[in-house]
Amino acid sequence: MNLAFKDLRRQKARFGATALGLGLLFAVVLAMTGIYRGLVEDATLLVDRMGADIWVVQRDTRGPFAERSTVPPEWEERLMATKVVRSARSFSTASIQRTHKDRALRMTVVGLSWPGDRGQSLQMVRGRSLATAHRELIADLSLGLEPGELVTLGDETYMVVGLTKGMISSSGDGLLFATELDARTIINWQAPEARRLEREARLARLAHTELDSPLLEDRLRDERSVLPVLSPPPANAILLNLAPGMNAEEVALELNLSPDLSAYTTQGQRDLLLKGVVEKSRQQLGLFRAILSVVSGIVVSLIIYTMTVAKTHDIALLKLMGARVSVVVKLVTHQALLLGAIGYGFALFLSVVAFPHFPRRVVLGPAEYLSVGILILFLVLAASAAGIARALRIPATLILAG
Amino acid sequence: MEAIRAENLHKTYGEGSTEVKALRGVSVIAHSGEVVALLGPSGSGKSTLLTALGLLNPPEKGLIQLLGETVVQDGVEFGDLPALRRSRIGFVFQKSNLIPFLTAHENVRLALAINDMEGPETHARAQELLDYLGVGGRADHYPEQLSGGEQQRVAIARALAPRPPLILADEPTAALDSQRGRAVMELFRKVAQEQGTAVIVVTHDHRTLDIFDTIFEMEDGMITTAGEPAQV
Repeated sequence: MNLAFKDLRRQKARFGATALGLGLLFAVVLAMTGIYRGLVEDATLLVDRMGADIWVVQRDTRGPFAERSTVPPEWEERLMATKVVRSARSFSTASIQRTHKDRALRMTVVGLSWPGDRGQSLQMVRGRSLATAHRELIADLSLGLEPGELVTLGDETYMVVGLTKGMISSSGDGLLFATELDARTIINWQAPEARRLEREARLARLAHTELDSPLLEDRLRDERSVLPVLSPPPANAILLNLAPGMNAEEVALELNLSPDLSAYTTQGQRDLLLKGVVEKSRQQLGLFRAILSVVSGIVVSLIIYTMTVAKTHDIALLKLMGARVSVVVKLVTHQALLLGAIGYGFALFLSVVAFPHFPRRVVLGPAEYLSVGILILFLVLAASAAGIARALRIPATLILAG
Repeated sequence: MEAIRAENLHKTYGEGSTEVKALRGVSVIAHSGEVVALLGPSGSGKSTLLTALGLLNPPEKGLIQLLGETVVQDGVEFGDLPALRRSRIGFVFQKSNLIPFLTAHENVRLALAINDMEGPETHARAQELLDYLGVGGRADHYPEQLSGGEQQRVAIARALAPRPPLILADEPTAALDSQRGRAVMELFRKVAQEQGTAVIVVTHDHRTLDIFDTIFEMEDGMITTAGEPAQV
């Protein structure tokens, strides 16, 4: 005879409400765990997705994600000239905010190395990859854009041709993919007035030099010229794929001997992101998760303890009848386990139904579900211990006291 | 056959100025099939004697034997007292003390379950006892759905379930009107006669004394009178 279930049978509503309340608490623990992992995945998504062996950035910067880095796109040819490099491509990314259809559209623009990379390896949920070198975009679903939708960014209008899902930057913004050249144009775009002022400033600086170059002056005055005029828009990094058999660590060390560039392996980039950009957020989330676990433990303990106190008379009666300690222990433990199981089930349900609508990506895999499940099991058993300790202190003679 | 023998029991609560001698050399014997009453005013030691006989509160001095087997002697316990309680002693209280989240049938089966008896035969045994005590039709009702008299009948069925040789009842009719109180006492008589169980009842109700075989009257922790109803 399972006394725990028989007891719950008589107070389904009360027990159900308690379990659902606990489920909400467990759901928050689960969400924190998922957000924690989401943060890590979002941070390293682009690094992993770009598939480079080495990231070459501006000297002494931790670019392109952890710190701003600008490199001349011509470095592509320079680095290709080394025999260890199989391919080199420039890479640009930046978070920008523009107004689209009267709403602020915040996104992280990422350049794809046309024509080799048209976004075909992206996980598309609708539409297609890029088919032309210009004015086509692939957007993440989180940006709220639709295939065929026209988006004006700077002086150009682009068409969204495909949608991805779950492509988020370390800052939590949805990714917007364009060809590398388009990405640079979007990222480096300046308002007309800003451009006019820069032209004026450059002309003024030119007047103070002894260059006396009418051609240069004409180019500066020509409004069709793109700023910064004297050079093409910079990229943020050059991505290298090495020739077969090359060791990325050794090549990066070799490249770092150059006075004007810094080179990181993909793992180096991941470390920069995880130990730099998202480290504080990770610590904060980790702390929240720890605090929530403690709070959950206290709440579960109080609930189990209160449920045990409410059964003081029944437990005293069982003891008076000579029931073994195991009967009392099972009564407390089974209820605690059932409470934890229902609460966890409700948390799982919420994770499927509600978490996808969270502003930050919540990434939960078997490891996260298992770890939270084990945590809940531990909390519930620890809480049972408090209830059992209380139950074992109840004297059988309490019954005779009336 | 002696169901229980208690000899020269002594029990003291507190010490110094707060010391109370609750039992002072009390001796009681109850045979199988016998119904015994413990009478006496409040504070006379009846409940202390009942808890001592029920192996809940062993005396510091004296002997207690169950079915001829010594279980407590001069404060030393022989054997597993909770195990003896669950298999050899049935308890009935002033209030029925049924488990509120179990039906009448389950309350009776509980006494069997804690003796490791499960299965269809326990269902049959519980129903048989409820029928025997006249509450078979209320088997699926929860205690709150039963009257006081019905609850006491279920409690007696529970006490009888593991077929204990001894039932201890602490003022079982105190919460009942006289008619229902007498009916419960007559049930004890019936149980003792038909099942061979020894029943010891602590009671204040002098109107039902004719039901008992032996009456022990207590005062100040001692037995002052002992004998058949006509002699007391």
